[in-house]
Amino acid sequence: MRIFDPHIHMTSRTTDDYRAMYTAGVRAVVEPSFWLGQPRTSPASFLDYFDSLLGWEPFRAAQHGIAHHCTIALNPKEANDPRCTPVLDELPRYLVKDRVVAVGEIGYDSMTPAEDTALAAQLQLAADHGLPALVHTPHRDKLAGLRRTLDVVRESALSPEHVLVDHLNETTVKEAKAAGCWLGFSVYPETKMDEERMVAILRDYGPDQVLVNSAADWGRSDPLKTRKVGDLMLAEGFTEDDVDRVLWRNPVAFYGLSGRLDLEVDATDATHEGNSILRGGE
Amino acid sequence: MTPRPHPGPGTSGTPLADLHTHLTAHLDEPARTWLARALDEAAARSGAHGPISAWELRLAEAGRRCGAEHADAVRVLILHAAQAGPDALTRVYHQGTAAERRAVLHALPHLVTGPEALPLVEDALRTNDTRLVAAAVGPYAARHLDAHNWRHAVLKCLFTGVPVDTVADLHQRARADTELARMLDDYAAERTAAGRPVPEDLHRALALTDSKACKASDASEAKES
Ligand SMILES: [Zn+2]
Repeated sequence: MRIFDPHIHMTSRTTDDYRAMYTAGVRAVVEPSFWLGQPRTSPASFLDYFDSLLGWEPFRAAQHGIAHHCTIALNPKEANDPRCTPVLDELPRYLVKDRVVAVGEIGYDSMTPAEDTALAAQLQLAADHGLPALVHTPHRDKLAGLRRTLDVVRESALSPEHVLVDHLNETTVKEAKAAGCWLGFSVYPETKMDEERMVAILRDYGPDQVLVNSAADWGRSDPLKTRKVGDLMLAEGFTEDDVDRVLWRNPVAFYGLSGRLDLEVDATDATHEGNSILRGGE
Repeated sequence: MTPRPHPGPGTSGTPLADLHTHLTAHLDEPARTWLARALDEAAARSGAHGPISAWELRLAEAGRRCGAEHADAVRVLILHAAQAGPDALTRVYHQGTAAERRAVLHALPHLVTGPEALPLVEDALRTNDTRLVAAAVGPYAARHLDAHNWRHAVLKCLFTGVPVDTVADLHQRARADTELARMLDDYAAERTAAGRPVPEDLHRALALTDSKACKASDASEAKES
């Protein structure tokens, strides 16, 4: 089973997780930039974080045979802090980088005017840079949040086929699908979705445009949830092809909209360094 | 999903004309066209794209335009075409991804004659990213890094598994370096005390510190810039 986890915060995970993920079949991940648990107080700490998503973390992932990509954005929670919002002006120089495969995660947290502004501005940035957008739905007041999110997407320059709406559940999937967006589900040990409910949704709505992620981070979460969903799908009668579609081809298709997916893993084994084209290495 | 060899290795020791010839032979048609335009833009240093100049934008997108395995060489050529000096190289490095930083390090011996860009080499040597460490110990470091930092760079290569052959001018700089010999001996003793094997590269580097170990002719191979 080949697995692409389209939403996982590896910065918060250990090398043991990388090893277990590889063993479970994970070969590619997308790490969305997000809130770190501790509020940031200046744009500079965002920049160090973005640099890490484009430097150290892909190196760490490659050491474990996993291709790492990221999405860059000002997250909705910190969009409310005027000390952080100047980072919006720094985003364009990050959105041109190789391996930045979307703008995200953006969306609503408390549905404030500042979040309205940041969401609309960043959907426009996605359109300007030929990138899709990863839009999460809020944890609180979810259905109202989804509707407001879809309204802002409709008013934006980005078409719904370039938007992945994430953290969906039974109450929000129908409207997100009707809007024409890609459908993301985060499978968590206690909150959000679990494996059984995920498989039930796949049975009701089909595997089309559906992405399943672990959204594993610094909270109680499990980076192997993608594999567990795949196993349960097979046990419940889905085909290998269905599993491959949900856990590999759908994320490849969505993030492939960026033109920047590179699923080969750099050999970080430094023995390759000694070669040069002059010394005969091609 | 398949591993590929490290992209564009050894570009700092390769004449730029050879890099260009190699790329022309290996890039597909769209990538060749893209590169020709990128080099023209860099030479003209024109075509502002919002807050980012056109040539810096080309530098950022080189991997997806030409393939990761050619990106180092492409970026070195763009930096050269733009005649990037220490200020521009420093900006590009600090605003760059790890891949862009590596290309800046490879470009240093081609573009900077004095020691002004040493802080970039020192920055890369502080990382644990072996791709950056390997790119940092090229001909520019051989020429400008002071003895203390150079010895620590050699030791860091041994610690992180970067082959010591990556270190430019190793033969010449290691010769008769008794302090490097002491550090290598101490490291070997530490490994032995811990019951761990001493890397073969350590013995090789140690042998090079012998004042009689290296003839002048052996030292010429990595001198190119
Ligand atoms: Zn997240």
